[in-house]
Amino acid sequence: MSTALLYALAGAALFAIGLAGLLLQPHLLRNILAFNILGSGAFLILVGLGQRDGITDPVPQAMVLTGIVVAIAATALALALARQLLDLTGQMRLPEDRPDSNPADD
Amino acid sequence: MTDFLDPLPWLIVLPLVWGTLAFVLGPGRGGRLAIAAIALQCALALQLAGQLLGNGVRIYAIGDWGAPLGIDLMADGLAAVMLLLTQFVALPLAVYARGYFAAQAKGISQFWPITGYLLAALNALFLSADLFNIYVTLELLGLAAVGLVAIAGGKPPVIAAMRYLLATLLGSGAYLLGVALLYGTYGSVSLSVLMPLITNEAPPAVLLAAALMLLGLLLKTALFPFHFWLPPAHGGAPAPVSALLSALVIKASFYLVLRLWLDLFAPLTTVAAAQLLGALGAAAILWGSVLALLQSRLKMLVAYSTVAQIGYLFLLFPLVTLSPPGAAESALQGGVMQAVAHGLAKAAMFAAAGSMIVATGRDDIARLGGVGARLPLTLFSFGLAGVTLMGLPPSAGFSAKWLLLMAALESGQWWWVAVMIAGGLLTAAYVFKVLRRAFLPVEAGDSVTRVPRSLEFSAFALALASILLGLFGAPLLELLMAGAAA
Repeated sequence: MSTALLYALAGAALFAIGLAGLLLQPHLLRNILAFNILGSGAFLILVGLGQRDGITDPVPQAMVLTGIVVAIAATALALALARQLLDLTGQMRLPEDRPDSNPADD
Repeated sequence: MTDFLDPLPWLIVLPLVWGTLAFVLGPGRGGRLAIAAIALQCALALQLAGQLLGNGVRIYAIGDWGAPLGIDLMADGLAAVMLLLTQFVALPLAVYARGYFAAQAKGISQFWPITGYLLAALNALFLSADLFNIYVTLELLGLAAVGLVAIAGGKPPVIAAMRYLLATLLGSGAYLLGVALLYGTYGSVSLSVLMPLITNEAPPAVLLAAALMLLGLLLKTALFPFHFWLPPAHGGAPAPVSALLSALVIKASFYLVLRLWLDLFAPLTTVAAAQLLGALGAAAILWGSVLALLQSRLKMLVAYSTVAQIGYLFLLFPLVTLSPPGAAESALQGGVMQAVAHGLAKAAMFAAAGSMIVATGRDDIARLGGVGARLPLTLFSFGLAGVTLMGLPPSAGFSAKWLLLMAALESGQWWWVAVMIAGGLLTAAYVFKVLRRAFLPVEAGDSVTRVPRSLEFSAFALALASILLGLFGAPLLELLMAGAAA
């Protein structure tokens, strides 16, 4: 197995873990962490598959740097919103009820 | 430096600059600056459209670096149509927002800076020529949109914003994974480099990438059944924000789905996938319209109407994919016309709904009595926007649905016609639900105050544009095809 494929498979595993955390965990902090894991998985695939014959390709590295900046901004916004939600509701989770099920409500 | 005044970079730089200036000026300031700057953006978009009609597709290398090291901007007919829509919807909405926040200050503090960034992200997205740049602009757009949803504070908006944020991050995560797989396979993210490389014998990784990118974008476009985040987010925000989000932001991810489907992944598209998108669109039309009819809050009704109208956009995929060439062209024109018509009409409808809520002091359809007498122009705008959404002549909605209908009949897919007609009737039902209430006299104990003129006239301008476009829409379709021919 080539190193590139190894990196890519590790990235795919991280992406899957992040996806599961984002969909299955009710706690917002875990959701935010899961999003970061998911993003790291995608970055690892980008860098891992980007190398040809062991020679590093600089373009995906530059892209991942940009992606990390974007992920930090998204994480900061998510944390600020989660903090506000905690202040307003006293809970770190989104309420369960879906708007579709109860249109006359709220 | 002959191209110093080139409209392409300025369409992105200008909103960034005025957004930042508005932030520096302080909370709530910068409205007049924004209106002047957006007017300038309108002129730039028109200039760009003129260049396209004259010379075809435009490419601009930022800082003269050029791809692959630098970033290229590209504008074709489709991009130019979306840019025109964005600037010309934003201008009346900016006038509206100034009046709205003067009457109801909640949420004004960071409205102008975030709106500036939102418009910069939209324009940059439409002008992007590579998949990774699209990812970055998608994220910028998503973050700005989430910020706008949460702007007024309070429990429901913050919950809606959080749910929206998680949905949008998941969507762009899936998109990014697709980009990574494509880069791993072909070693490029440029649309023009990838296009000849992707054939119908592409490896499975490319198929997976296409599926991931489209799924991520569908989540961001809120196509049924991914629409769960949209109604609370669009219905809970202040009216100018709802209008911006419903009219423009979801169109950006739709634009990308369309672009990927028609250009990049065209060799991979299958009939089954196209039919699935069409079926989801049909389900969205019926589900969204029925739920709109069941709402008791005015803005939630308009938000569910957006869920339904998104469905019409996706009817174009089975029509484009399965049709003979002539019909495919009219399906594409119909779909894009629907995006433009919905953008104008939904902005008008949310703006009019916001005026009614300011005037009655509450967001309740049952208490709209007296609006017809005190705010006739606003109610008229709401009705005109409704005419466009129903697809009655002579509105742009009629042209759009007519083009889609012709494509459906020419390709022998009559069942989409049935969905379109059912959707039109349901739309009429929920629009008349509002109009009927608004024409009743004021109930005892309620009062309807007047709203500033700027609120009434900006909503009316948008609604009028959505009607007039039906009569004078031909140049827009010509512009759309200007890129496709070249």
